[in-house]
Amino acid sequence: MNKNGAAQDAMWMFFGGLGRWFLRALENMGDAAVLSATSLGYLFMRPWQGKHIVLQLYALGVGSFVIIAITGAFTGMVLALQGYYTLAKFGSESLLGSGVALAIIRELGPVLGALMMIGRAGSSITAEIGIMRVTEQLDALQMMAINPKARVILPRIIAMLIALPILVTMFDIIGLAAGYIVGVELLGVNGGAFIGEMIAKITPMDLYAGWIKALGFGVLIGIISTYMGYRATPTTEGVAKATTQAVVVGSVGVLMLDYILTSFFL
Amino acid sequence: MIRTENLLRRFGDVVALNNINIHIKPHQTTVIMGGSGSGKTTLLRLIAGLEPPTAGHIWYGKDDLSHITQKRLYQLRAHMGMVFQYSALLNSLNVYDNVAFPLTEHTRLDSSVVRTMVTMKLEQVGLRGFEHFMPSQLSGGMAKRVAFARALAMDPEIVFFDEPTSGLDPISAGVVTSLISNLTKRTKMTSIVVTHDVHAGLGIADHVILLWQGEVIAEGTANEIRHSDDARVRQFIEGRPDGPIPFSRSQTSYVEDLLYKPGTVRMSR
Repeated sequence: MNKNGAAQDAMWMFFGGLGRWFLRALENMGDAAVLSATSLGYLFMRPWQGKHIVLQLYALGVGSFVIIAITGAFTGMVLALQGYYTLAKFGSESLLGSGVALAIIRELGPVLGALMMIGRAGSSITAEIGIMRVTEQLDALQMMAINPKARVILPRIIAMLIALPILVTMFDIIGLAAGYIVGVELLGVNGGAFIGEMIAKITPMDLYAGWIKALGFGVLIGIISTYMGYRATPTTEGVAKATTQAVVVGSVGVLMLDYILTSFFL
Repeated sequence: MIRTENLLRRFGDVVALNNINIHIKPHQTTVIMGGSGSGKTTLLRLIAGLEPPTAGHIWYGKDDLSHITQKRLYQLRAHMGMVFQYSALLNSLNVYDNVAFPLTEHTRLDSSVVRTMVTMKLEQVGLRGFEHFMPSQLSGGMAKRVAFARALAMDPEIVFFDEPTSGLDPISAGVVTSLISNLTKRTKMTSIVVTHDVHAGLGIADHVILLWQGEVIAEGTANEIRHSDDARVRQFIEGRPDGPIPFSRSQTSYVEDLLYKPGTVRMSR
């Protein structure tokens, strides 16, 4: 085979592989959409899953509070440090409050909160459902006339949808408080200016933007983590792979969705 | 009671079950036997409605499981129980909650009634006093007995057992098989047992179905199977390595495989 032929073959292989990857991704997205849509349909059917949604809300939401609080606190502190360093060059330290608040409420709160939730709760959802698949617990539920989509998938998606906006709000409050402590108490920015600028520059739209992002990320994480677990290959390696994929796909998905939502709110 | 008609199940190009026509009679213990990979667990999963057939029919009275609504399937399952090969107990629940699970899900019984029923089921399997144990604290045999108690919780008409004695010591295996046999007789339920344990299977069977390579090769009472002249049946029940059922499932020439060098072309495949 000549050089041109080999190069052509390599090109075909590359684009062929890319095409197959794209088709597989498309197929998985469709499958995940169908699985989550059919599961969410059980929200309006008996038996009600309210008790299980509350249990999941406790496990995912309350269980993730500490990690969200720590991330929020350090994010606010770093933002205040970096912001002060930059603003001091222009003699605009009084704008520190609005800078920290806008960055946290519009962007960092929802995104970092979502990324933390993928690592803390999303991975555990995937692993839990995957293990239920491996150990035939999902089949056992079917044999007891209990629909796993209604019992296992639905409560986790809904709990994630409710938990994330609440946790992001807590992230924002803790982040702002930490930013205030570093900016005002440690770096000597005027407290009145910090809070005054913050209140003056934050509009209701900024708050809505943060919450809508959190809602979107919550649905996305819920769908990806449940889907990956439910469709995991029923082996130990399959569950491990599904858990890794849930974290990777979930994180990339959050960043992509963040760009799309941000472009709507600007 | 349960009848299959020209049942076919494929996994890709592999035919797991072919042309299965069996009849499971009520109030009896039907044992489906066969070697590893003969299709017996697949057959059990099809009959239990956990997998759809590629073609053919599974009749529960007038209901065809291959064309049934989910609602109707769940109605039928209210009268079924299943003991899985690895017990499939819900890890997050203790023994009591596992056994009570179907009762609390499908009935509005008072908690004291549920407690009485769970105690009765645990007594039947000899595990009263283990209510607060978690599944991870149980031995394989005990987990299987808890799974048995859970399967019996709703007093089902049909109970499926997938390899009930696999991985158990002889005493635990004996306890489990005698439980199946005694409860089938006492409660008039229908038991469908999948096993490759010839001794246990023939010991409790009213009716035996023997599978090989996805097809039924023999059917009859335990005695008829014991005295069968079919060479495949004899080899299976006597556990002989040589005979019409080959031990090796290799698809290619052994010599060629040993001499094969990666990157070269095989002579045959």
